[in-house]
Amino acid sequence: MLSQILYALPFLAEGFAVTLWVSLLVVVLSLIAGVLLGVGLVYGPAPLRWAVRIFSDTIRGIPILVLMFFVYYGLPAVGVHLQSFWAAVLALTLFKTAQVVEYVRGAVASIPKGQSEAAMAIGLTFRQRLTSVIFPQAFRRFLPPWINGVTDAVKGSALVSLLGITDLMQAINQVIGRTYEAMPLYILGALIYFAVNYALSYASRRLERRFAFIRD
Amino acid sequence: MGYTLNFNLIWRHFDKLWGGLLLSLELAVISIAIGIVIGLVLAVWYVSAGRVVRAIIAAYVEFIRNVPLILLVYLVFYGLPTVVDLAYSAPTSFVLTLSVYSGAYLVEVFRSGLEAVPRGQLDAGKAIGLTPWQRLIHVRLPTMLRITLPALSNTFISLFKDTSIASVISVPELTYGAQWINFNTFRIVEVYLVTTAMYLLTGYTLLFALRLVERRFRAAR
Repeated sequence: MLSQILYALPFLAEGFAVTLWVSLLVVVLSLIAGVLLGVGLVYGPAPLRWAVRIFSDTIRGIPILVLMFFVYYGLPAVGVHLQSFWAAVLALTLFKTAQVVEYVRGAVASIPKGQSEAAMAIGLTFRQRLTSVIFPQAFRRFLPPWINGVTDAVKGSALVSLLGITDLMQAINQVIGRTYEAMPLYILGALIYFAVNYALSYASRRLERRFAFIRD
Repeated sequence: MGYTLNFNLIWRHFDKLWGGLLLSLELAVISIAIGIVIGLVLAVWYVSAGRVVRAIIAAYVEFIRNVPLILLVYLVFYGLPTVVDLAYSAPTSFVLTLSVYSGAYLVEVFRSGLEAVPRGQLDAGKAIGLTPWQRLIHVRLPTMLRITLPALSNTFISLFKDTSIASVISVPELTYGAQWINFNTFRIVEVYLVTTAMYLLTGYTLLFALRLVERRFRAAR
């Protein structure tokens, strides 16, 4: 049993690299899209606000798996051909973007109104108020939940295995298919995911404590 | 492009989606019911326990929260029967997984709820001569439940969405029904549009209903 698992380790490591690569892409792309849309949701004109609100509420209201199948099987049906890898990344990114939008909204909303009023009183322009007053403070509120949410991206990435992408989850299933050592391999897989995510949530808690000095 | 929407085949197989939706709800309800029991027992135990028990409960919570649900589903369905002498159907296996999964989230919810019960209420309970057990049942738990109600409804709605993972072990819930229609009729866009609408309608109806319940039972502050 042990020798079989040791033999499979390099293969599992390749799968793990795919898991990390998918997670990284999703995290970075959703951060960019989510911050832009989130700022649009708070400060944008009404039509943009409604569009972002509908996008976010729709995406967060359906299971990530349904979104993934929709993108994966639906896009080719309407003539858009993406590699399965990129279809999976697109679906996960859409999902994560909706979360980031809410983190941004929550972070900006948590800054007391007095802050922007004071900034207005000393004559700062709208842009200066955002970049010098609101965003630096909102950033500290945004960071801990966002880092914690990175664990969701890592966990969610396991779903790409259903689209035939050999990530860690799929690599484990394939090794089990050959060795029939289901329990040891699932436990090994669980421990790997646990190690990555626990480190991330630990970092999030540390940051939260560090930024706890901001009060309403 | 040239894709023409045609919903006829979806309506012809709509029983797959409707039956699937009902099964999704059933899975979510049973799982959260068991999860609430797990969460309550462990949370009450945690707040009064020594260091070792606390560490074990915390390990359970952290383990479940940091591992993908799909892996837990596989582990219980394909892995567990190879080491213990148990035979169970896919739906039972999934309910087992989702209960243990929701239990871990609810321990945290209930634990912080228990700590949020105002000290004065417990002291008042003591002052009128209630035993520790009576204080728990008549003072601490009712107030805690009111405080945690919003978190409880959020957990339920997110479990309802998580039931879609049951499709990977062929439990015929809503997502499985959608895939069946996808593969058998190729009305891909239509079936996922209808499925999305069904998840959204159900989810937001539940949310709305649960918010009404919350308003009725809101904790006095």
